[in-house]
Amino acid sequence: MENPQKKLACLLAVLAVSAPLGAQTSDKLMEGINEYREALADGNPSELVAAEGEELWKLKRGPKNATLEKCDLGLGPGVIKGASAQMPRFFKDTGKVQDLETRLMTCMETLQGIDPKEVVNARWLKGEKEKMAALVAYIVTESNGHKVKVDLNNPAMKKMYDMGKLAFYYRTGPMDFSCATCHGDQGKRIRMQELPDLRTHEGAIAGWGSWPAYRVSNGQFWTMQHRLNDCYRQQRTAEPIYGSDVTIALSVYLAGKANGGKVVTPGIKR
Amino acid sequence: MATKPMRIRAAAKDGVTEVKALIAHEMETGQRKDANGAVIPAWFITELSVSHNGKVVLASEFGTAVSKNPYLAFKFKGGATGDKVAVSWKDNKGESRTDEVAIG
Amino acid sequence: MNNQRRSVLKTGSGAALLSMLAAAGLIKPGMALAEWNKAAFDAKSMADTLKALGISQPADSKDVQITGPDIAENGAVVPVGVTSAIPGTTMMAILIDKNPNALAASFTLPEGTEANVQTRVKMGQTSNVYALVKAGDKYYTATKEIKVTLGGCGG
Repeated sequence: MENPQKKLACLLAVLAVSAPLGAQTSDKLMEGINEYREALADGNPSELVAAEGEELWKLKRGPKNATLEKCDLGLGPGVIKGASAQMPRFFKDTGKVQDLETRLMTCMETLQGIDPKEVVNARWLKGEKEKMAALVAYIVTESNGHKVKVDLNNPAMKKMYDMGKLAFYYRTGPMDFSCATCHGDQGKRIRMQELPDLRTHEGAIAGWGSWPAYRVSNGQFWTMQHRLNDCYRQQRTAEPIYGSDVTIALSVYLAGKANGGKVVTPGIKR
Repeated sequence: MATKPMRIRAAAKDGVTEVKALIAHEMETGQRKDANGAVIPAWFITELSVSHNGKVVLASEFGTAVSKNPYLAFKFKGGATGDKVAVSWKDNKGESRTDEVAIG
Repeated sequence: MNNQRRSVLKTGSGAALLSMLAAAGLIKPGMALAEWNKAAFDAKSMADTLKALGISQPADSKDVQITGPDIAENGAVVPVGVTSAIPGTTMMAILIDKNPNALAASFTLPEGTEANVQTRVKMGQTSNVYALVKAGDKYYTATKEIKVTLGGCGG
């Protein structure tokens, strides 16, 4: 549990976000922090989670006692390489735009007979959600270095993109925050954390392109659904249902902004 | 609680083998409290050794200050493609695990 | 990548594992996996740790280096390394002055293993981090301050 004082301090920090440090001090600190981040890039503990995911992918599970090896992530049954870099995408069989996690739920349901509710209703990093995180770690590792490529010409995708944009600017909750409050300006930061400007291509690729990620602060691997849910929690507003349209719409918006940029997944975060 | 597999990489170059290992372990310090205020008991790897074809090339002792999911990188002389590098650990609860990799 | 192939050998209780490894020739009796030095790891201060290790007055040495970033974004994971250019280095340890227990890890280096080990440690706050090295029957140290920022708020 975070303590309330820390939360308050965080909010104040958000409100005071823009006051820049002296440029020189800031540069020197950022240099040190970049050195720190580089030192962590080799030996990203996500590898441990991905290894579990690889085993799960090939493990016979569920009422149908089947593996996920025939799961179609958009590039054909069983094709993982580069698949998550091209998601979310519109899937004909379900008639929906799906992100990686909702697509995996479809595969788990159709191939293995696992009820999506078991994933949706699980707590973060527990039960089926823990398994989901492992599968995600494995799959996104196979898109590391690929380029973001989502098809915004598809009418369903375009609709989701527009909805995602609306959601991004929608102010709500007791603080009247939107995503854009923190992620809609150049050069913002909370203490030493730079906040990517997700309206821009550069910002979107820095954000979207490096999630899902391992977070050193809590030693956990977080999926994109988990990341977005926590953004809403930090907004102090209602948390979205796992895999709901608004989460996918936001992902389409971010991926659309990041289109063409290089994916570095799984990321490693503070 | 079942232990989880580690990730070991071992690569030989110019007569020297570089080993990099990521070990899945909570490395709980015993100084944190859970949501109810109860102390979470310490749970950490105490000893870890790396061997090459059966000969120990690194023996280490850890305290609670080693990070969760420990990382270790070092080099030893010798080692050829196909040789075995094994990492073994033991924790304060008496759990242990060994994983092995062939030098690539 | 085939160098990432891994196969699980065995898991089991510590004692059974060790005897199994010894039987398989993986661990030579009397070598390595010595009894964990509880007194040294339980010691609070630097001074008490050195006392528990039976070391008095280690000498500062330019041939010993502690590597790490000047500033760590999160104290939970701080990459640090120890290198020694002193011939005959057989032991290296990492100590963190301001941690609740100073000793973080120690490494015994058989002949043929380079005196250069990288790992990751937890730091409660900004602190001096020490490398302690044994060569022959002498001990040497080097130090580096690593600043720890806790950074933002769960983002």
